[in-house]
Amino acid sequence: MIFTENLGKKFDEFQAVDAVSIDIPDGQVMALLGPNGAGKTTTVRMLSSILIPSSGRACVAGFDTVTHAAQVRAHVGVLTENHGLYNRMPAGEYLNFFGQLYGLEDHKRREQAQRLLEHFGLAPNARQPIGEFSKGMRQKLALARALLHNPPVLLLDEPTSAMDPESARLVRDAIHTLRSEERTIVICTHNLAEAEELADQIAIIRQGRIIASGSPLELKMRMLGPLEFEIKLAVHLNGARPALPESVTPTSSGADWLRYQTDDPFKDNPLVLKRLYEQDLPVVSLQEVPRSLEQVYLQAISAASRAASRAASRAASRAASPEQHPYAQ
Amino acid sequence: MLNDLQLALVITRREIRDTFRDWRIIFPILVLTLIFPSLMNFTARQAIRFVEQYDAPLVADRMIPFLLMIVGFFPISVSLVIALESFVGEKERRSIEPLLCSPLSDAQLYLGKLLAAMIPPLLASYMGISVYLIGLYIQVGWTPEPILLVQIIALTTVQAILMVSGAVVVSSQTTSVRAANLLASFIIIPMSFLIQGEAIIMFWARYNILWWAILGQVLIAGLLVRTGLAYFNREEMLGHELDTLNFRWAGRRFLTSFQGSARSIIAWYRTELPTTLSQFKLPLLVSAIGLVIGIAAGASLADDFPIPARLLTFDLLKNGFIEGLEVMRFHSAAGVGTVWLHNLRAALIASLLGVFSFGVLGLLILILPMVVIGYITANIVLSGGAPLPFLAALVLPHGIFEIPAILLASAAILNLGATLTAPAHGKTIGEAWLVSLAKWGRVMLGLVLPLFLLAAIVEVYITPLIAVMILGK
Repeated sequence: MIFTENLGKKFDEFQAVDAVSIDIPDGQVMALLGPNGAGKTTTVRMLSSILIPSSGRACVAGFDTVTHAAQVRAHVGVLTENHGLYNRMPAGEYLNFFGQLYGLEDHKRREQAQRLLEHFGLAPNARQPIGEFSKGMRQKLALARALLHNPPVLLLDEPTSAMDPESARLVRDAIHTLRSEERTIVICTHNLAEAEELADQIAIIRQGRIIASGSPLELKMRMLGPLEFEIKLAVHLNGARPALPESVTPTSSGADWLRYQTDDPFKDNPLVLKRLYEQDLPVVSLQEVPRSLEQVYLQAISAASRAASRAASRAASRAASPEQHPYAQ
Repeated sequence: MLNDLQLALVITRREIRDTFRDWRIIFPILVLTLIFPSLMNFTARQAIRFVEQYDAPLVADRMIPFLLMIVGFFPISVSLVIALESFVGEKERRSIEPLLCSPLSDAQLYLGKLLAAMIPPLLASYMGISVYLIGLYIQVGWTPEPILLVQIIALTTVQAILMVSGAVVVSSQTTSVRAANLLASFIIIPMSFLIQGEAIIMFWARYNILWWAILGQVLIAGLLVRTGLAYFNREEMLGHELDTLNFRWAGRRFLTSFQGSARSIIAWYRTELPTTLSQFKLPLLVSAIGLVIGIAAGASLADDFPIPARLLTFDLLKNGFIEGLEVMRFHSAAGVGTVWLHNLRAALIASLLGVFSFGVLGLLILILPMVVIGYITANIVLSGGAPLPFLAALVLPHGIFEIPAILLASAAILNLGATLTAPAHGKTIGEAWLVSLAKWGRVMLGLVLPLFLLAAIVEVYITPLIAVMILGK
């Protein structure tokens, strides 16, 4: 449903997005993560056909974002970084206005607006000027606008920022529901817990380039090594080291617990349990040692920074000693 | 088409509703619609009473229609504020992006905003005119001639379109309301000149000339709307956050466009200049037509303003003409320089005026010599003389170089001026203009300057000799 190939955007001399390739099938959620100014919003703007790519191409909802821009815009719901609400306008009128722009028929427009206002708890405020809304209410209204025309693709820039926990939960539940309706969703967020909860795919962007991508599990495996599991035993080990299958790597142990890493938990975990049972070591619990997406993110960003600084120093040393260059002289 | 307009009107309706929710706009509109016309009414009544004392009703006769025009104009001045704010205001408030994400086309968005900025002030203007006329009818029984009323309403409408179309161009190309307000001077100053000119026409009571004023403004407004549409694009609305003047970039862009891929002057003359000339086919054609029209216009003036036959005998060329020129040191490098610089100055002034008038004023200035040639030739014919010797002696020798130079200069100026009305996909308005300026530079430096120099040399050293040879017999 969303496909990009070497997508790039240059503003004058500044390369905002560089060779971004993503493929998000129907009913999947991708979270775009990255520091401020990494190129997330520019990518979303290219996907919503507001910005024309300088290189590469993008296809959204089956339409090319450059040659079929109007169709792309008609099939995409965008929650922009800045909500873009009209302060003097009442909320109901605002949704009605955008419903008209998206070509919704009169009765459907009113029905849909009312449904969304009720869903987000804004129905009692329908006649209230938006300028009097709180930050969270504005965010919910902007999200309602993005959903108004029932788009198959949603591009959500910071969907829960400025929301109280209850409202954020409401929005996350809404995103779960939308995913189950086979919609394709891209979320730009700094909230890594939210990304981990919602996203099927994660892409980490730094300086316009994707530096890591994959499912949360794949990323954890790749960036932090194999999965780690902890077993709690019913007896004390007293310094003994129980024998484990060769396919797992013990990492640490305590009085009544031990940890190991495995590349294939589906195969190895039953083997570990069987081996411990054979050694008369009763198991109380087996659980994955939690590793957050935050660790993955920080690891990816610092690895990319290190690589960039190494490249920069190599370039500087080459410039400082031109005689070292193979093509010098 | 109808569907396109319907979506544009959705924008218009929202904007108008928003305008009427803002008391800062409504209050001046109400004042200018209801209170100001009443004040003008009072002024008109007092003026009539005053001039009647001195048996000079003519002053009042002229002042009442003039005040009618003013009453119509004042409310539409509000349109400037609304139009200047239309795009850049939304951009500054960050409310433009959801609109840009909608399936609206650029033209629908532009048209919707244009109409929204125009309709409330225009309605206020018509109301103001009504209030003024009703008041005058009740108090002094004055009613306007129907044709004058139509003219005033048409004039008010085109002035609103003109101001709004100019202001919307400014609004869509700037990045802050402050910058848009500063650039508004480029609308306010020409408009104030226009109103002064119209005031003169009104006091002069040459109401027929108003039709020309209306026509001229319709044309300019049309060009401005086209400019706005040509250079409006979503990308620009979001792509630039700051109005910065990057002289280094501009210089580089100009130079690369000017130089092209040529690495030597000969290569430049061989490849780049012909490429530019091949792109100038239409402006060259329009300029050629302009020159022919200039000659015809000059010839048509001969009937109304004939030159006395005694002045067309060229007797002066019989004795001592060349000697006289030598005394004046005309036959010298300084003489060549004077003629050359005069022509260059004319071309530069024409270029400058062309930039601000879509190329039109530039073309008009450069066809003036053709008007003079047409005028003198027609006078010679009217006085029974033969025009060919005059043309062969005084026009053709240096005209062989000068007329093509004028033609090329006019085409370059037209192309430069018209850049603003033609869409340049993938380029900003500034970038497109710099590329056109480079083309102008190529033609001016590569052809017009050398041709004018050759023309000046011939005009100083050869034309007088040929003139004496042909006409001095």
